[in-house]
Amino acid sequence: MGALQSAAGQPGYVDLAEKTGFSFEQIQVLHKRFKQLSHNEETLRRDHFSGIPDLACNPIRAQIIEAFFDRRNYHQNGEGMVQEIGFEEFLVVMSHFRPPSLHMTEEQRENVRREKLRFLFNMHDTDNDGTITLEEYRHVVEELLSRSGALGKETAKSIADAAMLEVASISMGHMEPDEFYEGITFEHFLKLLNGFEIESKMNIRFLNMDTSTLCK
Amino acid sequence: MASTWRFALFLSVLLLVSRGPSLANEEAGTTEPSSGHEDTSSSSPASGHDTESGHDTTGDAGHGDTGHGDTGDGHGGGPITTLPIVTWRWHHVSTPYLVALWILVSWLCKIIIEANHHVTSVIPESALLICFGFILGGMIWGADKVQTFKLTPTVFFLYLLPQVILDAGYAMPNKLFFSNLGAILIYAIIGTCWNAASVGLSLWGCHKGGAMGDLDIGLLQYLLFGSLIAAVDPVAVIAVFEQVHVNEVLFIMVFGESLLNDGVTVVLFNVFDAFVSLGGSQIDAVEIIKGIVSFFVVAFGGSLMGFVFGLLISLLTRWTKNIQIIEPGFVFILGYLSYLTAEMLSLSAILSIVFCGICCQKYINANMDERSVETVRYTMKVLANGSETIIFVFLGISAIDKEIWVWNTGFILLTLLFIFVYRIIGVFFLTWILNKFRLVPVGFIDQVIMSYGGLRGAVAYGLAVMLDESKIKEKNLMISTTLIVVYFTVILQGITMKPLVTWLKVKRAKVSELTLIEKVQNKVFDHLLIAIEDISGQIGHNYMRDKWKHFEDKWMTGLLMKPSARKNRDHVFSVFHQLNLKDAMSYVAEGERRGSLEFVRNERASVDFKKKFGDEFSEVMPDIMADMTEDHSSVSDVRDPVPSVSLDMHEQTMKGMRETEGINSHHLLQQHLYKGRKQHRHRYSRSHFNVNEDENEVQEIFQRTMRSRLESFKSAKMGVAPPKKITKHKQKEQQQKMSNGKTPDKGKSYQSGDEDFEFSSEGDRASGYNASGDSFPMRVTYRAGAGIENPAFMPDIDSMSTVQIPPWLAEAEHDSSTVAPSQRAQVRLPWTPSNLRRLAPLRTSSRSTDSFMLADTPVRQQMDNLPPPPPPPYEEDDVQM
Repeated sequence: MGALQSAAGQPGYVDLAEKTGFSFEQIQVLHKRFKQLSHNEETLRRDHFSGIPDLACNPIRAQIIEAFFDRRNYHQNGEGMVQEIGFEEFLVVMSHFRPPSLHMTEEQRENVRREKLRFLFNMHDTDNDGTITLEEYRHVVEELLSRSGALGKETAKSIADAAMLEVASISMGHMEPDEFYEGITFEHFLKLLNGFEIESKMNIRFLNMDTSTLCK
Repeated sequence: MASTWRFALFLSVLLLVSRGPSLANEEAGTTEPSSGHEDTSSSSPASGHDTESGHDTTGDAGHGDTGHGDTGDGHGGGPITTLPIVTWRWHHVSTPYLVALWILVSWLCKIIIEANHHVTSVIPESALLICFGFILGGMIWGADKVQTFKLTPTVFFLYLLPQVILDAGYAMPNKLFFSNLGAILIYAIIGTCWNAASVGLSLWGCHKGGAMGDLDIGLLQYLLFGSLIAAVDPVAVIAVFEQVHVNEVLFIMVFGESLLNDGVTVVLFNVFDAFVSLGGSQIDAVEIIKGIVSFFVVAFGGSLMGFVFGLLISLLTRWTKNIQIIEPGFVFILGYLSYLTAEMLSLSAILSIVFCGICCQKYINANMDERSVETVRYTMKVLANGSETIIFVFLGISAIDKEIWVWNTGFILLTLLFIFVYRIIGVFFLTWILNKFRLVPVGFIDQVIMSYGGLRGAVAYGLAVMLDESKIKEKNLMISTTLIVVYFTVILQGITMKPLVTWLKVKRAKVSELTLIEKVQNKVFDHLLIAIEDISGQIGHNYMRDKWKHFEDKWMTGLLMKPSARKNRDHVFSVFHQLNLKDAMSYVAEGERRGSLEFVRNERASVDFKKKFGDEFSEVMPDIMADMTEDHSSVSDVRDPVPSVSLDMHEQTMKGMRETEGINSHHLLQQHLYKGRKQHRHRYSRSHFNVNEDENEVQEIFQRTMRSRLESFKSAKMGVAPPKKITKHKQKEQQQKMSNGKTPDKGKSYQSGDEDFEFSSEGDRASGYNASGDSFPMRVTYRAGAGIENPAFMPDIDSMSTVQIPPWLAEAEHDSSTVAPSQRAQVRLPWTPSNLRRLAPLRTSSRSTDSFMLADTPVRQQMDNLPPPPPPPYEEDDVQM
């Protein structure tokens, strides 16, 4: 209870809670984590993220970190990259991973789904032109495979190519031989991952208690 | 229908033949009073032993006469007067013989059931099998006037159950299972305890209230009964839920619960059994605490035992490189040993074998050869499915027995009511608690299905039979109640499950395999979630999983995996290894596809034939056409030879061909040799044989088409010019071919001229996987175009023939649609689009052929239109190779 009151006392927490849907305790925990990451500064930069030891062995960390600095993920129709983010941005990006509430209408569910997929899409679409091109997709797969050494590069290329062909076949269906599939648009992306229950998968448990001391 | 009757007749004959002493009785060695056969009472001295029953009464069995005078002992009977040439030694083989016969009979039942899909789509297989059991039981009863065969606990628990459970453990989706482990454990432990206690107490209460009349059952006995009837049965759950494809979370909840609650059931049963023996007055707090302690020991001990054995298997498979043949055997033997060891130590055997399967699956799949893995997988399925069938049939048979049936309306109906109601209450209450903690809550509809999916099965029956009659006076009532509960849940709830699932619009499992992009996305996803947990500093499932993975990579894989296998599974690689395998497969398949494209072109030659002899033969078998050739060989002499050397030859080159008739005939001979074999294959395929199984053949076809492709390329490049050269080249090869001695009918081919060649391509077509007789008329029009190399026609031809189902396959589909899709899928292989990697994830859907079909269609349609480039560029590719 004490935690709640002190949390509510913090300026701006109410705002943030409304905006992101996190509870005060969660915001407090995340704020603490934010401070821990930023070494008590007001903003986070990329090198702060790189300092997280557990993240070091994540093959796609570069893209994930970029996602935090991507204006598109801030719910504000912005574009482009920023160099440093404040706590609010941090929280907004985190809120993409909030578990859905227990009772949702079908429409809400669809919205949540769209939002989460949009995040994923933005992560792939690095140049922000609305399509995931073959190049971009290859890059992702390559990074995924980057841990498998020399073998990775070739495999990644062929996997990406194959996946792209598959995408073309699913989303375009009928193509003339000289037609060229320039990339996955968001609409296609939605269609492709239709069976992928992202709304029930893309979420993590945000605890109310502070566990950040346990993980460095 | 007629075939069904024939089967039934056959079954009854088998039954009569095999009707003898109870195999179950014998194996169990139970004290069941030996059945007094009226026809054997005089001759058989040993009661528990095999007796010569049945031979006299069978009549129709040809050996009835030999069985007469107890000479059946074969060796060392009475003094022999003369050397017997053959002796009747039934005793010698009776036990294994009966076992084998019963297995056969049960499986035959399955054949009959599966023969008609309209029925199985409504009524689940398990229910039908039980009904078949009733019929079989009735036959035995009718003949013996006593139930000589029944499911005994020993047979069930020691021989039948482990097979099903090992498969369940081995095929367990680990990630799904462990991420829902908390919920599963809650349901399995608390849910089962709740069910046992509530059912037992309520029944006792009703008894006290006088709802069941005069029964000699005390509170403890009621609790004992409650504990044996409480557990959801894994076999029944698998059988029913396999046919309704509910979403994976729901499935794993019900399934996991049914597996894990065994520990609870065994403990509860043992504890209450002991309590009943002790008597009410002896039970004090110490005993109760002992009971609780024993629960933990039994459950965790069993799991640990399985874990140890799983590691043992994994370790062993590191060193089985040189004995690859029996490599798969280790999995089964050690799995079974883990079950028996746990049983020996009175730990939970089911938990043991489940965890054994769960632990070893990853490592053995990495350590063993691909083929061994495939063997293990398949054998698991054979055993599990087979014993599941036997279990259900015997559940049915066991019911037809006057001795066990004691009717007490109150007791039976109340039991049914209570297990149904308390299951619902338990599930809803526990889910309500769980949903407070779950990331993704269990929905209301899922809860309904979970409560409704509380099927009881053979485990409960086995336990009921194990009850001690001296201590529990109403044992038979309990057995019959258990049976009724089993029938009620398996048959009634099983039948209504599917409509209910449809009606409630339960989220279904995806039918198709994951597409490649989804797989990649999944992987991205895992890393993303781990990263976010890392960044946000939360310790969640993903964090734990990541840590476990690190631990596993560091220690367990080093110990348990072959160095070579270890190298092959770097983090992400585990998924991509499979993709690579599929890639390799697709590479081969692409070769075949090119081959098949070649056949399409070949067909123009046969179209030509059709033109000559009329379309009416298009539906006729090739062997008939072979006759035709001989008749018309004179005609063909007059005619210009058709381009028979290279099927892709331009028309211009035909002129050049004339000079090389002699050489041609050699070539024709070679082609003809195909025809002979193909014809046979074609005919076999009518009776549902696999058309395209011969690897050599495929190989041969592939090589041949590649060759002719090369040649046609050459000729295309060099224009009209060098047919001579080509044919010479051909000739050489033909001679090689001939020296291989693969010519079934040489003479014919020599004299029959070029038509023969057309047959051969007809034959090719037959095994050329796809084209059908029906497609001929269309082809004729292409022929009119006559531009053999005209790429414009290619897509059309593709689409025509892919849409059509070859006649023999179509027929097969009518007959037994189980076989047909897979066969068709196989047959279609070569038709997959140019870049097969795209198909890769779909291709190896080993589980359901339906899904394969579904997934396959869009891609195939698309393939007609998508780049797979028209012939000419292709050929350039080939040459560059």
